[in-house]
Amino acid sequence: MRIALFVTCLNDAFFPRVGIATVTVLERLGHTVTFPAGQSCCGQLHANTGYPDPARVLERSTEAAFAGHDVVVSPSGSCVAHLRAHTRLPVHELSELLVDVLAVTDVGARFPHRVTYHPTCHGLRMLRLGDRPRRLLGAVRDLELLDLPEPEQCCGFGGTFALKNAAVSGAMLDDKCAHAVATGADYLAAADSSCLAHIGGGLARRPGAPRPVHYAEILAATGPGTGP
Amino acid sequence: MTPELSALFAARAGDYRAGVHPCTPAELPDLLATLLAGASGVVLPAGTPPEWTARLGRPTLSGDTLTAAQLDAPGLAVLTGCALAVAETGTLVLDGGVAQGRRLLTLVPDHHVCVVRAAQIVADVPDLVIALPDPTRPLTMISGPSATSDIELNRVEGVHGPRRLDIVCLPPHR
Amino acid sequence: MSRQLPIVAVTPFPRAAAGALRDAQLRANLGRATRTIRDKRAAVVAEVPDWDRLRDRAARVKDDVIDRLPELVAQFARAATAAGATVHHAVDAAAANTVVTELVRAQGVDRVVKVKSMATQEIGLNEALAAAGVTAVETDLAELIVQLADDTPSHILVPAIHYNRGQIRELFARRMPGFHADSDDPAVLAGAAREYLRRTFLAARVAICGANFAVAETGSLVVVESEGNGRMCLTLPDTLIAVVGVEKLLPRFADLGDFLRLLPRSSTGERMNPYTSIFTGVTPGDGPRRLHVVLLDNGRRRMAADPVGRAALRCIRCSACLNVCPVYERVGGHAYGSVYPGPIGAILSPQLTGQDAGHNATLPYASTLCGACYDVCPVKIDIPAILVHLRQTGPKPAAERAAMAWLAWTMRDRRRWRAALRTARAGGRPLRVLTRRHGGRLRRAPWPLSAWTAHRDAPLPAAESFRDWWHRTHDS
Ligand code: SF4
Repeated sequence: MRIALFVTCLNDAFFPRVGIATVTVLERLGHTVTFPAGQSCCGQLHANTGYPDPARVLERSTEAAFAGHDVVVSPSGSCVAHLRAHTRLPVHELSELLVDVLAVTDVGARFPHRVTYHPTCHGLRMLRLGDRPRRLLGAVRDLELLDLPEPEQCCGFGGTFALKNAAVSGAMLDDKCAHAVATGADYLAAADSSCLAHIGGGLARRPGAPRPVHYAEILAATGPGTGP
Repeated sequence: MTPELSALFAARAGDYRAGVHPCTPAELPDLLATLLAGASGVVLPAGTPPEWTARLGRPTLSGDTLTAAQLDAPGLAVLTGCALAVAETGTLVLDGGVAQGRRLLTLVPDHHVCVVRAAQIVADVPDLVIALPDPTRPLTMISGPSATSDIELNRVEGVHGPRRLDIVCLPPHR
Repeated sequence: MSRQLPIVAVTPFPRAAAGALRDAQLRANLGRATRTIRDKRAAVVAEVPDWDRLRDRAARVKDDVIDRLPELVAQFARAATAAGATVHHAVDAAAANTVVTELVRAQGVDRVVKVKSMATQEIGLNEALAAAGVTAVETDLAELIVQLADDTPSHILVPAIHYNRGQIRELFARRMPGFHADSDDPAVLAGAAREYLRRTFLAARVAICGANFAVAETGSLVVVESEGNGRMCLTLPDTLIAVVGVEKLLPRFADLGDFLRLLPRSSTGERMNPYTSIFTGVTPGDGPRRLHVVLLDNGRRRMAADPVGRAALRCIRCSACLNVCPVYERVGGHAYGSVYPGPIGAILSPQLTGQDAGHNATLPYASTLCGACYDVCPVKIDIPAILVHLRQTGPKPAAERAAMAWLAWTMRDRRRWRAALRTARAGGRPLRVLTRRHGGRLRRAPWPLSAWTAHRDAPLPAAESFRDWWHRTHDS
């Protein structure tokens, strides 16, 4: 299958390894990945911060970049939710593509670590990803999946909320980090690099805390490290 | 109507810590006498069936004329019927009709005993709003004794309404 | 009227929230309380197999009401008048307060009893009555606690959610005449309130209430409560004054069937609340001899004209959205600066007042848009969508506006975006070296990013962007 990747602006600039992992998984499964170069940002940040006009510009340019592609995948729950609400693109979050469209849960990965999974708000309540990411992680060899307490609680990121309401965001982050630490996991996985940047930034200040990882990186792994 | 509805009503009303007492028509006079044995007096609305009071042995007061202050006398209980009841929620519905009286009567005294006939029980709230004979009468839906959860969300029974609610359930007619 | 309405935030939300966060006792009380009620709600909602269909139906009924407000207001007024009530129309808070004050004065009393009502809080009725020399006694236990403490409510349903039992006992000992219990057992405290209020009820000649629903077809009002203080106010005094927001209307009596299933399960987490009173006009020999209904607009018709924001008028004030809100759980109700706190407050207060009132324009930003509120709302108000809509239509800082425009301009063109990525990468290079110790993350950044690094490390641009990697590995 030919699959067009919407990598997201954040991954492009800050977390290219998440895009690389997504490509690795899909190519390993025998699919052809394309990367339409006209893509940048879906407009979510602008729209949610209160700027509909710039948001529309980016929604349209994203739509144009992916015109003619039948299957679009993105490793970001929140961007997929935004594109679904504001464009007509046939876009799937990675776990939706794998489980629903490609009908695989075992992607041939091995990751010999203890992992806990945080279901981000967009994945949980807007996309209703349900247990798809956990099923994918459950099929990874040598991976021990640990339950995160109060998983459905928001991590406190919320885009510019983290700046505009920094104190509340920090308080929510503290609780999320405490729950993550309590699991004793080596890694905290999630389906959104933005939430992971926020949670990871908090975990980095706690000795012995799990390290943040996008679940695509785990699915790409075939040994002790993340990635191919 | 069905025995299942009666059982569900009894279970759900019991969940609110109302006293629930299934009984046969023959047992009714003695049961009511037992439930009301501690009352200083029993307030009766107009239309109370005579068999409800046959064995009471307590002073009775006519609900028609009592003032709120009189109803506030220590130890008073009130004995009523109801218009309808809701199984799903364990709710009694009073509409001021026969054997129910003014709204005041089931509010000020500290003990309310209510007799429910199985035929009066409907399945759920939507059935109730359709079954009401006249929705413009003053209606009171009662689901367990008065309660508050205002202090640390701890449920406390009996703030302003009766602190004790006993529901007597009569079986369907054969 | 120069007094600011109690739905106008006088402090920007971020500042008020930061202050509330420092109160550890408040956070502990709130955390315990919201968790308890969340679990109860979830359990009784799970019992109803057609819950989602019920929500859809209720949303449709409310949308119909919002579409036909003037018509249904007139229908209600006709039916209620025919049943013996006197109906008044109040365009705003000042008009409503004037009507009620005059009605109370006409009865020659200086004391009225009140049932908890959001509409009367919204218009600041107690303060208006006080200015006219009338004492309004709140009879709901939580409202009484708040009133005795000279405090303001912090939750729609449990206004004293920020007090624990010890604090309440101490308060009663100071402020409640005749209180002398030394126990802080909730049953003892509730018993004390019963004794104290019973005398007040028996002496009261005028009561003021709100309504959860008003039925246009029959002119009936519905009051949903737990304690029985509502029934006392609705039946003992001679004169009853109901202040009802026009959005409380339902077209038909039969509509109550769905709404009375949705409300108690969503609000207190019960299958049914202990007492629901439904009354239509006056009934000779039973209850008040005079019933006045004040139908309140106060910004509602203007709200109804906003195609997105109007859905907030569906709200039945169950407070389920507060109890699941991670922001509310941490800061409590006062930070919202309005009698309407939490997610519903963040979309209701700025719409009722206009975003230029006080700091109400900061309220739509008091959310991560996590969507927990939308999930539990019994009338399916898409609160996150309305928050975004209000952000998009509200005032914004010039610098932010410029930055957003620049960002979009850069991102929409592939050459400009690629150049920006390269610049960011080059700028990040020295930082990546310096921060190697922290795993390549930034521990402290200058303003405005200092708000980020105050709580967490910041990531740096990667050494190679994804598109450069793709170009290197796939585009040859
Ligand atoms: S917005 Fe919805 S959940 Fe919140 S109080 Fe109103 S009805 Fe309840």
